[in-house]
Amino acid sequence: MTRDEITAGLAEILEEVAGVNPDDVAEGKSFTDDLDVDSLSMVEVVVAAEEKFGVKIPDNEVQNLKTVGDAVSYIEAQS
Amino acid sequence: MSRPDVVVTGLGATTPLGGDVASTWDAMLAGRSGVSALTQEWAADLPVRIAAQLAVDPSEVLDRVKLRRLDRSEAIAIIAARQAWADAGLAEAGPDPERLAVSVGSGIGGATTLLAQDDILEKSGPRRVSPHTIPMLMPNGPAAWVGLELGAKAGVHTVASACATGAEAIALGLDIIRAGRADVVVAGGTEAVIHPLPIAGFSSMRAMSTRNDEPERASRPWDSGRDGFVLGEGAGVVILERADHAAARGARVYARLAGAGITSDAYDIVQPHAEGEGAIRAIARAVADADVARTDIVHVNAHATSTPVGDMLEIGALRQAVGDHPVLTATKSMTGHLLGAAGALESIATILAIRDGVIPPTINLDDPDEGLTLDVAAHKARHMEIPAALNNAFGFGGHNVALVFTRP
Repeated sequence: MTRDEITAGLAEILEEVAGVNPDDVAEGKSFTDDLDVDSLSMVEVVVAAEEKFGVKIPDNEVQNLKTVGDAVSYIEAQS
Repeated sequence: MSRPDVVVTGLGATTPLGGDVASTWDAMLAGRSGVSALTQEWAADLPVRIAAQLAVDPSEVLDRVKLRRLDRSEAIAIIAARQAWADAGLAEAGPDPERLAVSVGSGIGGATTLLAQDDILEKSGPRRVSPHTIPMLMPNGPAAWVGLELGAKAGVHTVASACATGAEAIALGLDIIRAGRADVVVAGGTEAVIHPLPIAGFSSMRAMSTRNDEPERASRPWDSGRDGFVLGEGAGVVILERADHAAARGARVYARLAGAGITSDAYDIVQPHAEGEGAIRAIARAVADADVARTDIVHVNAHATSTPVGDMLEIGALRQAVGDHPVLTATKSMTGHLLGAAGALESIATILAIRDGVIPPTINLDDPDEGLTLDVAAHKARHMEIPAALNNAFGFGGHNVALVFTRP
């Protein structure tokens, strides 16, 4: 899966869970500061991403995923 | 120090009869039933397959993402509160947040969230349980959400007294303003538990009507053929305001909330007191608190749920505490029983009856119980001058609440 494909997959999840416009989702964007995803919604995003990409994202890893790019890199490395 | 007058300056509701107060009131005056068959698959095996479902689903009003984190009871509380807020003219210029309080409760709370998330837990494991579960099912959720939406900082309160909740929440709002803790209180009730478990539970108590083949005729307070209540869902919210605060901003006033009476039976967990002792005291207290003559109370929106025992006990209580003159109605004949929202919705009906000089009908009263010795606006709305009116609400647990509203 390419980085673009992972980004697109995350954009789908972010739209479903938090109502984020898919056009706003890019690797440089911060989940909290740019996309306005609060902590409870972030939990939903993580669980949905695990399911979608078939990876495990432990809770202690989530705090390091500040931007969409961080998440893409983590998912890319795991899958 | 003299006690401040408290008035009602805004109304909001979403009910089985309409998505707002105006459509609900029109339907009530027309004598329309909001009860229908439950056609959902899950209802097929239930002993009760009828309910009064919302006329307008919350998904038509709130956006999808917001609804993901709201229990249905919270969503409709927000919808009703926003309407009441706008109706009171507070949307443009709200009060001082530190003088704004909320008093909103529900009878059962976020049961559908609890049950849906338990299904997920059983089927997919704990990691799949929504992080919104707790704020969705906590009993104070509806009040907290309303407070958050409207920016209330003088305290957010949750009353829970089963089917008396909505009325008791309004009574608490009156107390809060009288005590000087707020100038404006957003008060009411909400309920959304049309789900197999609550239905099975009430049904096992033999409390619900099983007139499954005639949904619109199932809720029939005081009729000799009544066989239990019909479950309804909805929310009702009123804006209570200190009278001088309302006057200072030139607010339109619907009615005065003149008095309230709250008692408890200490008798049985579900059966009302056999002589209606607690109900009599609640009504008498409300009348005394309102400082109006009993003869001025010419209309009562009764609790009357269409159960064999409760309906007649209330008649006795009213005769003793008010007299033989008031004209009664039971709007539950049309809306079903909204449990924790009932007292709030019926307060709204009482307030509008005073404003418009018209009592909404009690439908389905085809063959009145021989114990019905008071006048009821049966079948058709009745026009009359209403200087003061009473709303009763009683709940499992032995809760009795009576509210007196008067013309402003």
